[in-house]
Amino acid sequence: MKARKNSIAKREERHFFFFISPWLLGFLIFTLYPMIFSVILVFTNMDMTGSGQFIGFANIIRAFGQDPLFYKSLLNTLYFVLVSVPVSLILAFLIALLLNQKIRGVGFFRTSFYIPYITSGVAVTLLWGWIFNAQYGLINYFLSLFGISGPSWLSDTKWAMPAIIIMGVWTIGNSIIITLAGLQDIPEQLYESAEIDGANGLVKVMRITLPLVTPTLYFNLIMGIIGGFQIFMQPYILTEGGPSYATYTYMMHIYNHGFKYSEMGYASTLAWLLFIVIMIITQIVNRTSKYWVYYDN
Amino acid sequence: MDTYYKSKRTGDLIRYSLSYVVLIICAGIFIFPFLWMLSTAFKIPSEAYTLPPKLFPKTFTLDNFIEGWKYADFTRYTFNTLTVTLLATLGTVLSASFVAYGFARFKSRYNNLLFTAVLATLMLPSQVTLVPTYLLFTKMGWLDTLKPLIVPSFFGGGAFNIFLLRQFFRSIPKDLDEAAYIDGANAFQIYYKILLPAIKPALITVALMSITFHWNDYMSPLIYLNSDQNFTLAIGLQFFQNSFGSSQIQMLMAVSLITVIPVLILFFVGQRHFVQGITMTGIKG
Repeated sequence: MKARKNSIAKREERHFFFFISPWLLGFLIFTLYPMIFSVILVFTNMDMTGSGQFIGFANIIRAFGQDPLFYKSLLNTLYFVLVSVPVSLILAFLIALLLNQKIRGVGFFRTSFYIPYITSGVAVTLLWGWIFNAQYGLINYFLSLFGISGPSWLSDTKWAMPAIIIMGVWTIGNSIIITLAGLQDIPEQLYESAEIDGANGLVKVMRITLPLVTPTLYFNLIMGIIGGFQIFMQPYILTEGGPSYATYTYMMHIYNHGFKYSEMGYASTLAWLLFIVIMIITQIVNRTSKYWVYYDN
Repeated sequence: MDTYYKSKRTGDLIRYSLSYVVLIICAGIFIFPFLWMLSTAFKIPSEAYTLPPKLFPKTFTLDNFIEGWKYADFTRYTFNTLTVTLLATLGTVLSASFVAYGFARFKSRYNNLLFTAVLATLMLPSQVTLVPTYLLFTKMGWLDTLKPLIVPSFFGGGAFNIFLLRQFFRSIPKDLDEAAYIDGANAFQIYYKILLPAIKPALITVALMSITFHWNDYMSPLIYLNSDQNFTLAIGLQFFQNSFGSSQIQMLMAVSLITVIPVLILFFVGQRHFVQGITMTGIKG
């Protein structure tokens, strides 16, 4: 009997490894091996052809001591994250709140908010370049209706990053749908009993909806931070990081050093430093979560 | 009592109308850029740059589509993009479901440990592995081919998809497998004859998300492709813009519109599944 049990366990184990083998292989080739290799690269000056020498901590010293664009790009990226993530979070919450009512044509609204997210490729980025056009763009025309002469957006150091942020906020469809799912999980009875106690709309939102949806907001926040630090395509296509490096993001810095200047060692160093920054920030957010994220148990 | 309900009902009506108006305005803002893209694509050059901008062009023209498409080898780019998108999606759906089945259904001492590794890779930003992966593909002679954009999808189909499909597999009672075992089916037959059909909605979700991702992907083609004949639409569009600048905006919008339309059609066809898939991530994430 025991032997039979053993053979079943063995068969289970064999099946387990058989079915997960594509992932296991992929994990070894495309994650573990590159990660180890990447750590080694940090201490070399390897180029695209794969030749280079061991140079100790020179890459790290260079990033902190001799590379002003390291700080510039990091600060630009922080600026992007610090503005676009909270704005997106709040806006997604408010729109989801509106969508959570019994409203006619909910499908139409959901579609409208979601389409920018699924189409957010180069084509739509180019569209935004046109929208931000200083003379003929939609935004400045709209502002002119109110007698405001709009800035020259993408070529103005002060306004280029806000423009990228506006475009980023426009693609919040995903967060809206996720928040909406969180809202729909809140039991109806809670609102009913609050109503009997005489709570008005605002009280219900602040006391019931907001606390109960915090796990979803937390999920969106973490995803927003991780995604925000990797912003690349939009500024790369619209401004190439300009004017005067106003939209030069950290990811662009990694890309330039790795694939334009063929400095694989330095690019890997920058990538690991970014990873550390993201880890620190998400850990801080994680630590604060016990003060504001509501858990059932 | 009666007046209480009456005032409550009026209050509800006001609130309802108000949120309706706000929603319409917001939805308008989200949709308007597309309408502008649409209208600019049909304008003649002189009208594209008139102020105030007109939503309905006075002279409709199809020239922008024809001329723009001819300007670069967009047919070729479309073919490349389709190849990448379809094959990578096939790889994603097949391998993610295969692996998810393994994690969901079989006991092993290593199951938890390895599944934690799956989840951990979700947290790792792609930049960290970007450079060594590039060097690896260079060494394999895959540079300037579509392989780097396709082949990795066949190795597990992405941590997120494995996670999603595993959840779906686990929601199906295991009695189903056991009954099939007794009837003489093997593990593989159970996977593709019983469980795959049972999680079809989830597979459609994964496929849709994979299609939009690969169709829009910019970073990987930018890194791995060099020659014009291998370009995808994303890279082709960017070069088109670089050579035209904003001097031929009506053409740029026309070509952009053509590349966005397949995704839009896909969205309308699969809308229900899209939302369902995203919802899953929200609750279980």
